[in-house]
Amino acid sequence: MQFRPGAVTPGSGTGLESSASRRRLAALRSPWRHAWILEGVTWVYLAWSILPIGLAVLFSFNRGKSQSTWQGFSLRWYTSDPLNSVLHDPQLHAAVVQTLRLSLLTTVITVPLGVGFAIGIDRWRGRAASAFNFLMIFSFVIPELIFGVALFFVFTALLTSVHLGTAAEVLGLVTWNLSWPAIIVRARLVSIGHQYEEAAADLGASRLEAVRRVLLPMLMPAVFASAVLVFAGVVDDFVIVDLLSSTANTQPMSVIIYSNTHGGNGGPALNALATLMLVASFAVAALGYAGYRWMTRGERSGRQHALASITGM
Amino acid sequence: MTSRDRGDEPPGARRAGMLWAALAAPGAVWLLVLFVVPFYAVLAIAGGQISPILESIVPEWNPLRWRSSNAVGAWRDVVGSTAFVGPVLVRTVLYVAAASAISLVIAYPVAYFVTRFGGRRKGMFLAMLIAPFWISYMMRMLAWIDLLQTDGYVNRVLMSLHLVNQPVDWLGGQSSTVVLGLVYGYIPYLILVLYSGIDRIDPRLLEAGRDLGLSKWRTFVRVTVPLSRQSIVTGMLITVLPMFGDYFTNQMLSGAAGTSMIGNVIDGQLTTSSLEGQGAVMSLALLAVLLAPMLAYAVSTARASLESA
Repeated sequence: MQFRPGAVTPGSGTGLESSASRRRLAALRSPWRHAWILEGVTWVYLAWSILPIGLAVLFSFNRGKSQSTWQGFSLRWYTSDPLNSVLHDPQLHAAVVQTLRLSLLTTVITVPLGVGFAIGIDRWRGRAASAFNFLMIFSFVIPELIFGVALFFVFTALLTSVHLGTAAEVLGLVTWNLSWPAIIVRARLVSIGHQYEEAAADLGASRLEAVRRVLLPMLMPAVFASAVLVFAGVVDDFVIVDLLSSTANTQPMSVIIYSNTHGGNGGPALNALATLMLVASFAVAALGYAGYRWMTRGERSGRQHALASITGM
Repeated sequence: MTSRDRGDEPPGARRAGMLWAALAAPGAVWLLVLFVVPFYAVLAIAGGQISPILESIVPEWNPLRWRSSNAVGAWRDVVGSTAFVGPVLVRTVLYVAAASAISLVIAYPVAYFVTRFGGRRKGMFLAMLIAPFWISYMMRMLAWIDLLQTDGYVNRVLMSLHLVNQPVDWLGGQSSTVVLGLVYGYIPYLILVLYSGIDRIDPRLLEAGRDLGLSKWRTFVRVTVPLSRQSIVTGMLITVLPMFGDYFTNQMLSGAAGTSMIGNVIDGQLTTSSLEGQGAVMSLALLAVLLAPMLAYAVSTARASLESA
């Protein structure tokens, strides 16, 4: 959602040490003393971080209304309940559709915009380029609420022809996510260097051809990774869509979950909705991971690198 | 490097410059229109006046005619006799401080363990550390709402261990619940930043520390911690900044006025049209307070990207 560790270190992501130095490091530790306390802390943290989610998923399949007593497996809250299941409750149903619509629209607009921006800013040196780069990074760290408030005022007081709703949400989400492709593609540009373009130019390609036929294919893994991140980021986004949605029809899943749980009143159908959201995100992540591995198959980068890349690390 | 590059520029460089500018232009214009202009709109609303007929704010686009009435109103809310924002501000700072301190105390050992002792299981650990990143924030809060119900698992475990005699009303406006919610929500990002920071430390430096006679603990304190200081600062920034704009964690886990934060005040003012001006002032004030850390972050990131270029 609104915090994005990716900008921390442009060009990182391959911060994995070589096997030789890892071996040296292993020898460094006393072999008879494993860090049991640290390992304990890590497992307790992981259990604390993952078990609640597992239980929430489990209880979305509960036959009864309770979220703390297991009453048997059913798909009641997904499909069979005639009133309150995700399938039959028009509000929940519309939320799923709206989330998918926002994610697709935002990804399709953001990625080309950000990729062009990254290439342009990286190769076109000068004051204007660094000013825009700075602006982009600034848009990356600003708390989402402050930005969301600013957009809210733009659409209610200045660009009033854009009403609050899907159009405003997409415009806001594109702006908020533009830095993903910009930062990730730029990091890859830096690691590629200039030599391939120069070689292409020596062989008679024009600049534009060099970009299109040499640079872009080499950038594809980064472009792909940023598309995955933007899509998943929009699925998860809350603040912007909360402030810029208007009627129930334009509220995506995250807003529906939020507005139905004020003050701690969940409902099993919300668990089902959240589980669907989880499945959507994990599907995108798995697809992203597999796609990234496939695209970088000729390169010497491991699984951890692929995992880190699609997370924007 | 720029000056040397300029000298070597081939004759077609000017045209190339146009190409680069053309590629960057759509994104740049987008940022100007939808990132810079919106902040001018906030200023215009903050400097505007309430129209007596419509009972809502009329934005004032001419800076020379900006009024101070909204700013005065907001200031009265912070310090005046009917001030309700003052305590909220104090609470926000306390919550954020507590949540980020707890996060760091948990996150550092975890990140350190996985990088140094992960061994062959490193990929598995990394996948589990990344998992929350792919789970929606709202779902993660929802999961805790289930657990913290009066008859939920947390109370059942506590009662079976005889730690409490009656079920605790965790969701009825407890500060501890909100702080733990913040920790739970934001800690994955801190861990990932710390992980990549500690992972980049050259192991030869640790070796040098040991060779020079430092104990394991001293090596950690004198070598690892200073070398990961940058990632600690970055990690804290990227978790603390959004926490200051958070209005949903406490809404979901408590909903009581006694746990509201500055984000709730701003969010609430947007829904009342006569208070929109004060909401704009509050949001600008929050931006002003957070501007210094944000700029520090942006400058160091921009510099790092120049250096690696």
